[in-house]
Amino acid sequence: MRTYAIDTPDNGTVTYRDNKRLFWLLSLMNPLIPFVGIAGQIVTGNALWLLAPLGLMFGMGPLLDWLFGEDENNPPEVLVPQLEKDTYYRILTFLTVPLHFIVFFGCAIWVGTQNLPWWGFLALTVAVGFADGFAINTGHELGHKRSRLETTLAKIVLAVPAYGHFWIEHNRGHHRDVATPQDPASARMGESIYKFARREIPGAFHRAWMIEHERLCRKKVPVWSFSNEILQSYVLTAVMQIGLIATFGWIMIPFLVIHNFFSWWVLTSANYIEHYGLLRNKQADGKYERCQPHHSWNANHKYSNLLLFHLQRHSDHHANPTRRYQSLRHFEDLPSLPSGYYGMYIIAYIPWLWYKLLDARLLALPHIAGDLNTINVDPDERERLFAKYGQASG
Amino acid sequence: MREKDCLQNMARQVAEYHCPGCGYLYDESLGDDHEGYPPGMLFAELPDDFVCPACAVRYKEDFVSGKPDEHN
Repeated sequence: MRTYAIDTPDNGTVTYRDNKRLFWLLSLMNPLIPFVGIAGQIVTGNALWLLAPLGLMFGMGPLLDWLFGEDENNPPEVLVPQLEKDTYYRILTFLTVPLHFIVFFGCAIWVGTQNLPWWGFLALTVAVGFADGFAINTGHELGHKRSRLETTLAKIVLAVPAYGHFWIEHNRGHHRDVATPQDPASARMGESIYKFARREIPGAFHRAWMIEHERLCRKKVPVWSFSNEILQSYVLTAVMQIGLIATFGWIMIPFLVIHNFFSWWVLTSANYIEHYGLLRNKQADGKYERCQPHHSWNANHKYSNLLLFHLQRHSDHHANPTRRYQSLRHFEDLPSLPSGYYGMYIIAYIPWLWYKLLDARLLALPHIAGDLNTINVDPDERERLFAKYGQASG
Repeated sequence: MREKDCLQNMARQVAEYHCPGCGYLYDESLGDDHEGYPPGMLFAELPDDFVCPACAVRYKEDFVSGKPDEHN
Protein backbone atom coordinates (compact mmCIF):
# COMPACT_ATOMS: atom_id res chain seq x y z
CA MET A 1 0.00 0.00 0.00
CA ARG A 2 1.33 3.41 -0.90
CA THR A 3 2.67 5.64 1.87
CA TYR A 4 2.65 9.38 1.33
CA ALA A 5 5.37 11.36 3.10
CA ILE A 6 6.52 14.95 3.38
CA ASP A 7 9.22 16.70 5.43
CA THR A 8 7.89 19.67 7.35
CA PRO A 9 9.93 22.20 9.35
CA ASP A 10 7.66 21.99 12.42
CA ASN A 11 6.57 18.36 12.66
CA GLY A 12 9.41 16.43 10.96
CA THR A 13 8.34 13.78 8.46
CA VAL A 14 4.57 13.42 8.19
CA THR A 15 3.32 10.17 6.67
CA TYR A 16 -0.11 8.87 5.68
CA ARG A 17 -1.50 5.60 4.35
CA ASP A 18 -5.07 5.49 3.07
CA ASN A 19 -6.51 2.44 4.86
CA LYS A 20 -9.43 2.49 2.40
CA ARG A 21 -7.17 2.52 -0.67
CA LEU A 22 -7.94 -0.97 -1.99
CA PHE A 23 -11.51 -0.87 -0.73
CA TRP A 24 -12.26 2.04 -3.06
CA LEU A 25 -12.40 -0.68 -5.75
CA LEU A 26 -15.88 -1.40 -4.34
CA SER A 27 -17.06 1.73 -6.17
CA LEU A 28 -16.66 -0.28 -9.39
CA MET A 29 -19.01 -2.96 -8.07
CA ASN A 30 -21.85 -0.55 -7.35
CA PRO A 31 -22.98 0.09 -10.96
CA LEU A 32 -22.92 -3.64 -11.71
CA ILE A 33 -25.30 -4.82 -8.96
CA PRO A 34 -28.27 -5.35 -11.41
CA PHE A 35 -26.17 -7.96 -13.23
CA VAL A 36 -26.38 -10.18 -10.14
CA GLY A 37 -30.08 -10.67 -10.93
CA ILE A 38 -29.47 -11.52 -14.57
CA ALA A 39 -26.56 -13.85 -13.74
CA GLY A 40 -28.69 -15.63 -11.12
CA GLN A 41 -31.52 -16.09 -13.61
CA ILE A 42 -29.14 -17.45 -16.26
CA VAL A 43 -27.57 -19.94 -13.86
CA THR A 44 -30.71 -21.15 -12.06
CA GLY A 45 -33.41 -20.39 -14.62
CA ASN A 46 -35.44 -18.78 -11.82
CA ALA A 47 -36.75 -15.25 -12.41
CA LEU A 48 -36.95 -14.67 -8.65
CA TRP A 49 -33.27 -13.78 -8.91
CA LEU A 50 -34.34 -10.50 -10.53
CA LEU A 51 -35.42 -9.33 -7.07
CA ALA A 52 -31.87 -9.81 -5.73
CA PRO A 53 -30.34 -6.49 -6.92
CA LEU A 54 -32.86 -4.38 -4.99
CA GLY A 55 -32.34 -6.62 -1.98
CA LEU A 56 -28.58 -6.15 -2.24
CA MET A 57 -28.89 -2.37 -2.44
CA PHE A 58 -31.40 -1.77 0.31
CA GLY A 59 -30.81 -4.84 2.47
CA MET A 60 -27.05 -5.21 2.28
CA GLY A 61 -26.39 -1.45 2.18
CA PRO A 62 -27.75 -0.57 5.64
CA LEU A 63 -26.62 -3.92 7.07
CA LEU A 64 -22.97 -3.52 6.02
CA ASP A 65 -23.00 0.10 7.17
CA TRP A 66 -24.10 -1.10 10.57
CA LEU A 67 -21.62 -4.00 10.57
CA PHE A 68 -18.49 -2.12 9.41
CA GLY A 69 -19.39 1.07 11.24
CA GLU A 70 -17.90 4.49 10.83
CA ASP A 71 -14.52 5.80 9.78
CA GLU A 72 -13.30 9.13 11.09
CA ASN A 73 -9.86 8.93 9.57
CA ASN A 74 -8.58 12.11 7.85
CA PRO A 75 -5.47 12.62 5.71
CA PRO A 76 -3.02 15.21 7.14
CA GLU A 77 -3.57 18.51 5.35
CA VAL A 78 0.08 18.82 4.23
CA LEU A 79 -0.25 15.56 2.29
CA VAL A 80 -3.50 16.43 0.52
CA PRO A 81 -1.70 17.83 -2.58
CA GLN A 82 0.09 14.46 -3.00
CA LEU A 83 -3.12 12.54 -2.42
CA GLU A 84 -4.97 14.66 -4.98
CA LYS A 85 -2.24 14.02 -7.58
CA ASP A 86 -2.40 10.24 -7.16
CA THR A 87 -3.97 9.04 -10.43
CA TYR A 88 -5.24 5.78 -8.86
CA TYR A 89 -8.25 7.57 -7.39
CA ARG A 90 -9.01 9.34 -10.63
CA ILE A 91 -8.87 6.13 -12.64
CA LEU A 92 -11.62 4.63 -10.49
CA THR A 93 -14.01 7.49 -11.28
CA PHE A 94 -13.09 7.18 -14.98
CA LEU A 95 -13.80 3.42 -14.95
CA THR A 96 -17.27 3.80 -13.48
CA VAL A 97 -18.28 5.80 -16.58
CA PRO A 98 -18.24 2.85 -19.07
CA LEU A 99 -19.68 0.55 -16.38
CA HIS A 100 -22.87 2.62 -16.25
CA PHE A 101 -23.27 2.27 -20.03
CA ILE A 102 -22.60 -1.46 -19.85
CA VAL A 103 -25.19 -2.09 -17.13
CA PHE A 104 -27.76 0.13 -18.85
CA PHE A 105 -27.45 -1.60 -22.23
CA GLY A 106 -26.99 -5.03 -20.65
CA CYS A 107 -30.26 -4.77 -18.74
CA ALA A 108 -32.08 -3.19 -21.70
CA ILE A 109 -31.00 -6.09 -23.90
CA TRP A 110 -32.13 -8.61 -21.25
CA VAL A 111 -35.52 -6.96 -20.85
CA GLY A 112 -35.86 -6.56 -24.63
CA THR A 113 -35.03 -10.17 -25.52
CA GLN A 114 -36.37 -12.27 -22.62
CA ASN A 115 -39.97 -12.90 -21.85
CA LEU A 116 -39.87 -11.82 -18.21
CA PRO A 117 -42.81 -11.97 -15.79
CA TRP A 118 -44.15 -8.45 -15.12
CA TRP A 119 -42.76 -8.34 -11.59
CA GLY A 120 -39.33 -9.51 -12.78
CA PHE A 121 -39.35 -6.82 -15.46
CA LEU A 122 -40.34 -4.23 -12.88
CA ALA A 123 -37.77 -5.29 -10.26
CA LEU A 124 -34.89 -5.35 -12.74
CA THR A 125 -35.92 -2.02 -14.30
CA VAL A 126 -36.19 -0.30 -10.90
CA ALA A 127 -32.82 -1.78 -9.90
CA VAL A 128 -31.05 -0.54 -13.03
CA GLY A 129 -32.76 2.82 -12.51
CA PHE A 130 -31.24 3.00 -9.02
CA ALA A 131 -27.84 1.77 -10.26
CA ASP A 132 -27.81 4.43 -12.97
CA GLY A 133 -28.97 7.02 -10.47
CA PHE A 134 -25.54 6.51 -8.98
CA ALA A 135 -24.17 7.60 -12.37
CA ILE A 136 -25.24 11.02 -11.12
CA ASN A 137 -22.87 10.46 -8.20
CA THR A 138 -20.02 9.70 -10.63
CA GLY A 139 -21.04 12.73 -12.71
CA HIS A 140 -21.05 14.77 -9.51
CA GLU A 141 -17.49 13.81 -8.57
CA LEU A 142 -16.24 14.41 -12.12
CA GLY A 143 -18.30 17.54 -12.80
CA HIS A 144 -16.74 19.46 -9.91
CA LYS A 145 -13.25 19.13 -11.32
CA ARG A 146 -11.50 21.73 -13.41
CA SER A 147 -9.92 19.45 -16.04
CA ARG A 148 -11.59 19.32 -19.44
CA LEU A 149 -11.38 15.51 -19.47
CA GLU A 150 -13.29 15.17 -16.22
CA THR A 151 -16.08 17.62 -17.06
CA THR A 152 -16.49 15.95 -20.47
CA LEU A 153 -16.78 12.55 -18.80
CA ALA A 154 -19.37 14.05 -16.43
CA LYS A 155 -21.53 15.14 -19.36
CA ILE A 156 -21.17 11.70 -20.94
CA VAL A 157 -22.06 9.67 -17.84
CA LEU A 158 -25.04 11.94 -17.06
CA ALA A 159 -26.54 10.90 -20.39
CA VAL A 160 -27.28 7.44 -18.93
CA PRO A 161 -29.77 8.68 -16.30
CA ALA A 162 -31.05 11.34 -18.78
CA TYR A 163 -29.99 14.10 -16.41
CA GLY A 164 -27.51 16.14 -18.44
CA HIS A 165 -28.49 19.39 -16.76
CA PHE A 166 -27.31 18.11 -13.38
CA TRP A 167 -23.73 19.35 -13.23
CA ILE A 168 -24.68 22.90 -14.25
CA GLU A 169 -27.62 22.99 -11.85
CA HIS A 170 -25.59 21.46 -9.06
CA ASN A 171 -22.28 23.33 -9.36
CA ARG A 172 -23.63 26.76 -10.15
CA GLY A 173 -27.13 26.60 -8.68
CA HIS A 174 -27.27 24.25 -5.72
CA HIS A 175 -23.82 25.17 -4.37
CA ARG A 176 -24.70 28.86 -4.60
CA ASP A 177 -28.17 28.59 -3.01
CA VAL A 178 -27.70 25.58 -0.72
CA ALA A 179 -29.52 25.62 2.64
CA THR A 180 -31.72 28.60 1.70
CA PRO A 181 -35.48 28.64 1.04
CA GLN A 182 -34.67 29.55 -2.59
CA ASP A 183 -32.90 26.25 -3.26
CA PRO A 184 -35.17 23.63 -4.85
CA ALA A 185 -32.50 21.03 -3.95
CA SER A 186 -32.50 21.71 -0.17
CA ALA A 187 -35.37 20.09 1.74
CA ARG A 188 -37.37 22.02 4.34
CA MET A 189 -38.42 20.83 7.76
CA GLY A 190 -41.91 19.33 7.60
CA GLU A 191 -41.62 18.66 3.84
CA SER A 192 -42.01 15.00 2.90
CA ILE A 193 -39.79 13.54 0.19
CA TYR A 194 -42.87 13.17 -2.04
CA LYS A 195 -43.65 16.87 -1.79
CA PHE A 196 -39.96 17.76 -2.11
CA ALA A 197 -39.63 15.77 -5.37
CA ARG A 198 -42.36 17.88 -7.00
CA ARG A 199 -40.39 21.03 -6.16
CA GLU A 200 -36.89 19.63 -6.72
CA ILE A 201 -37.16 17.92 -10.12
CA PRO A 202 -38.75 20.81 -12.09
CA GLY A 203 -36.88 23.42 -10.01
CA ALA A 204 -33.50 21.89 -10.83
CA PHE A 205 -34.25 21.79 -14.53
CA HIS A 206 -35.46 25.37 -14.57
CA ARG A 207 -32.44 26.70 -12.65
CA ALA A 208 -29.97 24.81 -14.87
CA TRP A 209 -31.61 26.19 -18.00
CA MET A 210 -31.54 29.77 -16.67
CA ILE A 211 -27.85 29.50 -15.73
CA GLU A 212 -26.90 28.06 -19.12
CA HIS A 213 -29.09 30.61 -20.91
CA GLU A 214 -27.29 33.44 -19.13
CA ARG A 215 -23.85 32.03 -19.96
CA LEU A 216 -24.70 31.59 -23.65
CA CYS A 217 -26.17 35.10 -23.84
CA ARG A 218 -22.88 36.48 -22.50
CA LYS A 219 -21.05 34.48 -25.16
CA LYS A 220 -23.56 35.73 -27.77
CA VAL A 221 -24.32 32.15 -28.82
CA PRO A 222 -27.90 30.94 -29.49
CA VAL A 223 -29.37 28.84 -26.67
CA TRP A 224 -30.49 26.20 -29.17
CA SER A 225 -26.98 25.34 -30.33
CA PHE A 226 -24.44 22.64 -29.67
CA SER A 227 -22.56 25.03 -27.35
CA ASN A 228 -25.40 24.43 -24.89
CA GLU A 229 -23.84 21.98 -22.44
CA ILE A 230 -27.25 20.70 -21.33
CA LEU A 231 -28.22 19.81 -24.89
CA GLN A 232 -24.86 18.10 -25.52
CA SER A 233 -25.68 15.50 -22.88
CA TYR A 234 -29.36 15.25 -23.90
CA VAL A 235 -28.38 14.45 -27.51
CA LEU A 236 -26.44 11.43 -26.31
CA THR A 237 -29.42 10.36 -24.15
CA ALA A 238 -31.80 10.72 -27.10
CA VAL A 239 -29.56 8.69 -29.42
CA MET A 240 -29.29 5.87 -26.86
CA GLN A 241 -32.92 5.78 -25.85
CA ILE A 242 -34.42 6.15 -29.35
CA GLY A 243 -31.92 3.53 -30.55
CA LEU A 244 -33.20 1.08 -27.92
CA ILE A 245 -36.84 1.69 -28.89
CA ALA A 246 -35.97 1.20 -32.57
CA THR A 247 -34.14 -2.05 -31.78
CA PHE A 248 -36.39 -3.73 -29.21
CA GLY A 249 -39.76 -2.08 -29.84
CA TRP A 250 -42.39 -0.77 -27.46
CA ILE A 251 -41.24 -2.77 -24.42
CA MET A 252 -38.46 -0.19 -24.17
CA ILE A 253 -40.91 2.62 -23.43
CA PRO A 254 -41.96 1.40 -19.96
CA PHE A 255 -38.36 0.28 -19.38
CA LEU A 256 -36.97 3.75 -20.13
CA VAL A 257 -39.70 5.69 -18.33
CA ILE A 258 -39.27 3.64 -15.14
CA HIS A 259 -35.47 3.62 -15.45
CA ASN A 260 -35.24 7.38 -15.91
CA PHE A 261 -37.67 8.10 -13.11
CA PHE A 262 -35.82 5.97 -10.55
CA SER A 263 -32.45 7.39 -11.63
CA TRP A 264 -33.79 10.86 -10.90
CA TRP A 265 -35.35 9.57 -7.69
CA VAL A 266 -31.90 8.52 -6.41
CA LEU A 267 -30.74 12.11 -6.71
CA THR A 268 -33.96 13.44 -5.18
CA SER A 269 -33.40 11.10 -2.23
CA ALA A 270 -29.81 12.26 -1.74
CA ASN A 271 -30.77 15.92 -2.02
CA TYR A 272 -33.60 15.38 0.43
CA ILE A 273 -31.38 14.14 3.21
CA GLU A 274 -28.25 16.22 2.61
CA HIS A 275 -29.55 19.56 3.88
CA TYR A 276 -32.94 18.79 5.48
CA GLY A 277 -34.07 21.81 7.52
CA LEU A 278 -30.64 23.49 7.58
CA LEU A 279 -30.58 27.24 6.96
CA ARG A 280 -27.89 29.82 6.26
CA ASN A 281 -28.35 33.19 7.97
CA LYS A 282 -29.07 36.30 5.98
CA GLN A 283 -26.43 39.03 6.39
CA ALA A 284 -27.01 42.76 6.71
CA ASP A 285 -26.23 43.22 2.98
CA GLY A 286 -29.10 40.87 2.09
CA LYS A 287 -26.81 38.05 0.96
CA TYR A 288 -26.63 34.72 2.74
CA GLU A 289 -23.62 33.84 4.85
CA ARG A 290 -21.12 31.57 3.05
CA CYS A 291 -21.95 27.89 3.28
CA GLN A 292 -20.55 26.56 6.56
CA PRO A 293 -19.85 22.95 7.55
CA HIS A 294 -22.96 22.90 9.76
CA HIS A 295 -25.16 23.44 6.70
CA SER A 296 -24.95 19.79 5.57
CA TRP A 297 -25.79 16.41 7.06
CA ASN A 298 -22.98 13.85 7.16
CA ALA A 299 -22.45 10.12 7.44
CA ASN A 300 -19.09 8.49 8.06
CA HIS A 301 -20.26 4.95 7.39
CA LYS A 302 -17.52 3.01 5.66
CA TYR A 303 -19.42 0.80 3.24
CA SER A 304 -21.73 3.41 1.72
CA ASN A 305 -18.94 5.99 1.56
CA LEU A 306 -16.83 3.56 -0.45
CA LEU A 307 -19.66 3.04 -2.93
CA LEU A 308 -20.43 6.74 -3.15
CA PHE A 309 -16.97 8.33 -3.38
CA HIS A 310 -17.24 9.93 0.09
CA LEU A 311 -20.37 11.86 -0.95
CA GLN A 312 -21.60 11.49 2.62
CA ARG A 313 -18.74 13.63 3.95
CA HIS A 314 -20.95 16.35 2.65
CA SER A 315 -19.92 19.29 4.83
CA ASP A 316 -16.36 19.30 3.59
CA HIS A 317 -17.63 18.87 0.04
CA HIS A 318 -19.78 22.01 0.29
CA ALA A 319 -17.06 24.03 1.97
CA ASN A 320 -14.46 22.84 -0.59
CA PRO A 321 -16.32 21.62 -3.68
CA THR A 322 -13.27 21.07 -5.88
CA ARG A 323 -11.54 18.83 -3.32
CA ARG A 324 -11.24 15.24 -4.60
CA TYR A 325 -13.15 12.44 -2.88
CA GLN A 326 -10.09 10.75 -1.37
CA SER A 327 -9.22 13.95 0.54
CA LEU A 328 -12.65 14.80 1.99
CA ARG A 329 -12.54 15.08 5.76
CA HIS A 330 -14.62 14.20 8.78
CA PHE A 331 -15.18 16.98 11.32
CA GLU A 332 -16.39 16.71 14.89
CA ASP A 333 -19.72 18.18 16.05
CA LEU A 334 -21.39 18.40 12.66
CA PRO A 335 -24.95 17.39 11.76
CA SER A 336 -24.66 13.62 11.48
CA LEU A 337 -27.02 10.93 10.22
CA PRO A 338 -27.70 7.69 12.11
CA SER A 339 -26.99 5.54 9.03
CA GLY A 340 -25.46 5.81 5.57
CA TYR A 341 -27.54 6.98 2.62
CA TYR A 342 -28.99 3.53 1.85
CA GLY A 343 -30.54 3.28 5.28
CA MET A 344 -31.53 6.95 5.27
CA TYR A 345 -33.25 6.56 1.88
CA ILE A 346 -35.56 3.91 3.33
CA ILE A 347 -36.33 6.14 6.33
CA ALA A 348 -37.02 9.11 4.03
CA TYR A 349 -39.59 7.05 2.11
CA ILE A 350 -41.62 6.69 5.33
CA PRO A 351 -42.31 10.35 6.23
CA TRP A 352 -43.60 9.85 9.81
CA LEU A 353 -40.49 7.84 10.66
CA TRP A 354 -38.27 10.46 9.03
CA TYR A 355 -39.84 13.30 11.02
CA LYS A 356 -39.65 11.26 14.23
CA LEU A 357 -35.91 10.63 13.83
CA LEU A 358 -34.68 13.71 12.02
CA ASP A 359 -36.71 16.57 13.50
CA ALA A 360 -35.36 15.78 16.95
CA ARG A 361 -31.78 15.62 15.61
CA LEU A 362 -32.27 18.88 13.76
CA LEU A 363 -33.60 20.75 16.79
CA ALA A 364 -30.76 19.38 18.94
CA LEU A 365 -27.98 20.78 16.71
CA PRO A 366 -25.79 23.22 18.67
CA HIS A 367 -26.27 26.16 16.26
CA ILE A 368 -30.07 25.66 16.32
CA ALA A 369 -30.59 24.78 19.99
CA GLY A 370 -34.32 24.23 19.54
CA ASP A 371 -34.99 27.57 17.81
CA LEU A 372 -37.30 27.01 14.83
CA ASN A 373 -36.46 30.48 13.51
CA THR A 374 -33.00 29.20 12.59
CA ILE A 375 -34.45 26.29 10.57
CA ASN A 376 -35.53 26.14 6.92
CA VAL A 377 -39.20 25.34 7.61
CA ASP A 378 -41.79 24.44 4.97
CA PRO A 379 -44.09 27.53 4.84
CA ASP A 380 -47.16 25.26 4.63
CA GLU A 381 -46.16 23.53 7.89
CA ARG A 382 -44.89 26.62 9.64
CA GLU A 383 -47.89 27.31 11.86
CA ARG A 384 -48.32 23.66 12.80
CA LEU A 385 -44.64 23.17 13.69
CA PHE A 386 -44.36 26.40 15.68
CA ALA A 387 -47.50 25.42 17.61
CA LYS A 388 -46.20 21.88 18.11
CA TYR A 389 -42.95 23.10 19.68
CA GLY A 390 -44.65 25.98 21.48
CA GLN A 391 -42.67 28.75 19.79
CA ALA A 392 -43.57 32.16 18.44
CA SER A 393 -42.84 32.70 14.76
CA GLY A 394 -40.13 35.35 14.36
CA MET B 1 13.61 46.10 -21.93
CA ARG B 2 13.90 44.69 -18.43
CA GLU B 3 12.11 47.66 -16.98
CA LYS B 4 9.27 47.18 -19.47
CA ASP B 5 8.90 43.50 -18.48
CA CYS B 6 8.87 44.48 -14.87
CA LEU B 7 6.19 47.11 -15.45
CA GLN B 8 4.15 44.61 -17.44
CA ASN B 9 4.41 42.12 -14.62
CA MET B 10 3.35 44.73 -12.12
CA ALA B 11 0.39 45.60 -14.31
CA ARG B 12 -0.48 41.91 -14.52
CA GLN B 13 -0.21 41.45 -10.76
CA VAL B 14 -3.16 43.71 -10.09
CA ALA B 15 -5.06 42.31 -13.06
CA GLU B 16 -5.45 38.85 -11.54
CA TYR B 17 -7.89 37.82 -8.85
CA HIS B 18 -8.31 34.41 -7.28
CA CYS B 19 -10.93 32.59 -5.27
CA PRO B 20 -9.62 32.13 -1.71
CA GLY B 21 -11.61 28.90 -1.43
CA CYS B 22 -10.60 26.86 -4.45
CA GLY B 23 -7.86 28.87 -6.16
CA TYR B 24 -9.77 29.66 -9.39
CA LEU B 25 -7.88 32.47 -11.13
CA TYR B 26 -9.52 35.30 -13.05
CA ASP B 27 -6.93 36.96 -15.29
CA GLU B 28 -8.29 40.16 -16.79
CA SER B 29 -6.02 39.87 -19.82
CA LEU B 30 -7.55 36.46 -20.64
CA GLY B 31 -11.10 36.86 -19.33
CA ASP B 32 -12.92 33.53 -19.13
CA ASP B 33 -14.02 32.25 -22.50
CA HIS B 34 -16.19 29.42 -21.14
CA GLU B 35 -18.14 31.80 -18.93
CA GLY B 36 -18.46 34.40 -21.67
CA TYR B 37 -16.18 37.07 -20.17
CA PRO B 38 -14.02 38.37 -23.06
CA PRO B 39 -10.25 39.01 -22.80
CA GLY B 40 -9.62 42.42 -21.26
CA MET B 41 -12.82 42.43 -19.20
CA LEU B 42 -11.94 43.97 -15.85
CA PHE B 43 -12.75 42.16 -12.65
CA ALA B 44 -14.73 45.23 -11.59
CA GLU B 45 -16.91 44.84 -14.68
CA LEU B 46 -18.04 41.33 -13.75
CA PRO B 47 -21.67 41.21 -12.62
CA ASP B 48 -22.34 42.04 -8.95
CA ASP B 49 -23.84 38.62 -8.35
CA PHE B 50 -20.74 36.91 -9.75
CA VAL B 51 -19.86 33.75 -7.83
CA CYS B 52 -16.71 31.69 -8.32
CA PRO B 53 -17.28 29.72 -11.55
CA ALA B 54 -15.30 26.77 -10.17
CA CYS B 55 -16.70 26.26 -6.67
CA ALA B 56 -19.70 28.65 -6.40
CA VAL B 57 -18.94 29.07 -2.68
CA ARG B 58 -17.22 32.48 -2.76
CA TYR B 59 -18.80 35.73 -3.90
CA LYS B 60 -17.17 38.47 -5.95
CA GLU B 61 -16.21 40.47 -2.86
CA ASP B 62 -14.34 37.47 -1.44
CA PHE B 63 -11.89 37.39 -4.35
CA VAL B 64 -8.29 38.32 -3.57
CA SER B 65 -5.98 40.09 -6.00
CA GLY B 66 -2.97 38.19 -7.31
CA LYS B 67 -2.30 34.50 -7.80
CA PRO B 68 -3.22 31.90 -5.19
CA ASP B 69 -0.29 30.62 -3.12
CA GLU B 70 1.06 27.10 -3.48
CA HIS B 71 -1.36 25.41 -1.09
CA ASN B 72 -4.52 26.21 -2.96
